Amino acid sequence: MSEAAKVREIRALIAAHKRWDLAFAMLGLLALMVGVLTFLALFGQMALEGAPRLSWEFFTHFPSRKPDQAGILSAWVGSTLVMIVTAATAVPLGIGAGVYLEEYAPRNWMTDLIEINVTNLAGVPSIVYGLLALGLFVYQFGFGQSILTAGLTLGLLILPVVIVATREAIRAIPAAIREGAYALGASKWQTTADHILPYSMAGIMTGVIIGMARAIGETAPVITIGALTFIAFLPAAPFTGDPPAGLFDWILSPFTVMPIQMFNWTSRPEAAFHHNAAAAGLVLVVMTLSMNALAIYIRYRLRRNIKW
Amino acid sequence: MVAIPAPEIVPVTDAAAPVPSKKSESRGLGFYYGSYQALKNINMPIYEKQVTALIGPSGCGKSTYLRCFNRMHDLYPGNRYEGNIMLYPDHTNILNPDVDPIEVRMRISMVFQKPNPFPKSIYENVAYGLRVRGERKRALLDEKVEEALRGAALWEEVKNRLYDLAFNLSGGQQQRLCIARALATDPEMLLFDEPTSALDPIATASIEQLLAELKEKVTILIVTHNMQQAARVSDYTAYMYLGELIEFDATDTIFMKPKNKQTEDYITGRFG
Amino acid sequence: MTLPDTFVSDRLARRQVRHAKERAIESILFLAAFVSVATTVGIVVILLKESFVFFQQVSLWDFLTDTQWTPLFADAHYGILPLLSGTLVSSAVALLVAIPLGTIIAIYLSEFAPFTLREVAKPFLELLGGVPTIVYGYFALLFVTPLLQMLYPELPGFNLLSAGIVMGIMIIPYVSSVSEDAMRAVPMALREGSYAMGATRFQTAIRVVTPAAFSGIAAAYILGISRAVGETMILAVAAGMQPRLTWNPLEPAATITAYIVQVALGDLPHGSIGYQTIFAAGLTLALVTLLFNVLGHMLRKRYRQAY
Repeated sequence: MSEAAKVREIRALIAAHKRWDLAFAMLGLLALMVGVLTFLALFGQMALEGAPRLSWEFFTHFPSRKPDQAGILSAWVGSTLVMIVTAATAVPLGIGAGVYLEEYAPRNWMTDLIEINVTNLAGVPSIVYGLLALGLFVYQFGFGQSILTAGLTLGLLILPVVIVATREAIRAIPAAIREGAYALGASKWQTTADHILPYSMAGIMTGVIIGMARAIGETAPVITIGALTFIAFLPAAPFTGDPPAGLFDWILSPFTVMPIQMFNWTSRPEAAFHHNAAAAGLVLVVMTLSMNALAIYIRYRLRRNIKW
Repeated sequence: MVAIPAPEIVPVTDAAAPVPSKKSESRGLGFYYGSYQALKNINMPIYEKQVTALIGPSGCGKSTYLRCFNRMHDLYPGNRYEGNIMLYPDHTNILNPDVDPIEVRMRISMVFQKPNPFPKSIYENVAYGLRVRGERKRALLDEKVEEALRGAALWEEVKNRLYDLAFNLSGGQQQRLCIARALATDPEMLLFDEPTSALDPIATASIEQLLAELKEKVTILIVTHNMQQAARVSDYTAYMYLGELIEFDATDTIFMKPKNKQTEDYITGRFG
Repeated sequence: MTLPDTFVSDRLARRQVRHAKERAIESILFLAAFVSVATTVGIVVILLKESFVFFQQVSLWDFLTDTQWTPLFADAHYGILPLLSGTLVSSAVALLVAIPLGTIIAIYLSEFAPFTLREVAKPFLELLGGVPTIVYGYFALLFVTPLLQMLYPELPGFNLLSAGIVMGIMIIPYVSSVSEDAMRAVPMALREGSYAMGATRFQTAIRVVTPAAFSGIAAAYILGISRAVGETMILAVAAGMQPRLTWNPLEPAATITAYIVQVALGDLPHGSIGYQTIFAAGLTLALVTLLFNVLGHMLRKRYRQAY
């Protein structure tokens, strides 16, 4: 074949291949579009159905059999209180475990066991945590179907997230900084408290925020431990009972949380309740998305500012 | 404890000059990274208030040797020391397992190859060594910080911005900051691990000048891969190769009349 | 006076106080880390304990082969198959959505997309994965099902199909982000070799990068399966809670997870067999997900070691 013909042939082949390239690029964009469209449809539909229901009354009324008088007061108060217990559980345990694994743990079977468990627990379905809590916290320990139980359960659920975030944040600190601290005669704890923890705090907080965002939206484990779906009262305000036990009456009281309220309304056949569900969902989504967005933003700024 | 004979190494110096006293002495020192022996039977004195340089080709063990002095190797698992490093005048073996490495590091400070200031202010960087010892009195901290920064020839440049972040200093300034940080706790000995290899020539010159001033107060042990620097700054030089001490003597002798052929080959650049 | 070599000066002798404090701190931190082990032990003990009581009243054979699950009826049946079928069908639908789309997105982001697009798409996908599942359940019931009913009017209000589809979309970020990490770990040198031979981006992506990242991509798929099997709320809301042995996604059915929710919503006395059924169901679920998690973990270790 002549040279010119060969070149033409090669060029035709390349053109064909490039068409495949283009086709796949478009396919990829389309696939991304599926995600974008889903998000828009989800958000749009909830905004459309739910936004009209959002009002001061919606936030300050208890749920009721009459859809237009129902509100999320008990739900968001319950969520807030549960989140306090969740944070109080997951943050110290998670950071402590992360610091131990990165700074103190020797290379032995016990450390391997702990690490395997952390990885494994990250993949356990959330409802299994609910079963654990039901058997252990509600009945065995006698905490009952309370905010304390829910907070502990969700705290354990997000523990792997906090541990992994802590470890990665600590790993980002260069050895030279650690050595510099030790070389000045600092003890292990002094190096950890004065250097390791402060420098990794932003990364740790990112993980905590992501974990909390997840915990706010968790429904299954909280239902399993017996959170009620219709609550028309608030837990006792802190510090109103007789001291000392009465100061924390709220922690043992029955309660409900936002996602359960939404679930309850979604499960009713009346369309009016569905609008309430949409409104509750809107509040929930805005809360979790802003927390996630905050965490992503902090992570982004961290990467730009670190000058190790 | 096996008694290892310590060969008396008498430096060849000017007959009228007195032999300086010893600050430290290594006896039969060996070191293992896991099963790999990185240092073999090092016997060497370090003379008080003198600058001793460790030279040798890459991988000869000079940094490993340096890090034995402040028990840096303890931070990483799987390492093992052998023999003694004696510290005078209290006649203590630094490598004794009963000796607390933290206290060793309070007496012997280190400056690293790449400046490693903490992400804190200049003041806090220098004060950290004192805070670690529990020092909290503001007046005392201020005084020691100024003294250390003067000792590192940095005071004039930073006295008006002590609370700026240390990261904002130039490379040479950061290294002098690290020297100030090491000085603030009045150490008996200062270890320098290739302190100027990451710096430009002008910064290098200022650090070398600093070493000449510092030796009047502190004993200095410096690792350098730059022979000319060793010749410029040190009083005594040790040539190491493949984990062994080949020759130790006054700097002039090593560079002009080395006794060992291997030393001579390295000095003259026949291999490197 | 010459001091013996073994003399240890007071200044350098061990300071008991500092060491005691350091050791106390280390113990506290160790206990925090040990909580993870304790949690696993707790889960195992609780599930086994209650299931043990359950299996004393129901034979394992019945449990695995009976085709009805009606523990709360007068004529009680305890076959896990209906719940398993619900779980499997919904997961299959979800994976049919998540695996192709997730892989395509991963390949596109890793090999094709310009830098700015990738920097926007990744956080966006992360946000998509962060939407609470109850919201996805609402979406499946009240948006996707009516939409599908426009195409197929006989579709029941509760069905496994819409739940499965929405679950699939929720899982896409898991599949795509782990796959993409695996592909990014493939060294540039391999790609350069391919480009140097005149291959296009598509050819390089499909023939060189994807096979090289295979164990990581497989790990991503396993992660997706595990997530699908363990999902609760989307199915509880949109697929109905009627246990039914069916392989047809157009029907309503209950999954293992939805059943547990249904029981928890009711009022079962502690210690009754109804109460124990949720633990037996939970044990089945835990074993299935454990299997997939271990598989995924081994695959992930392999791809991390390869590079």
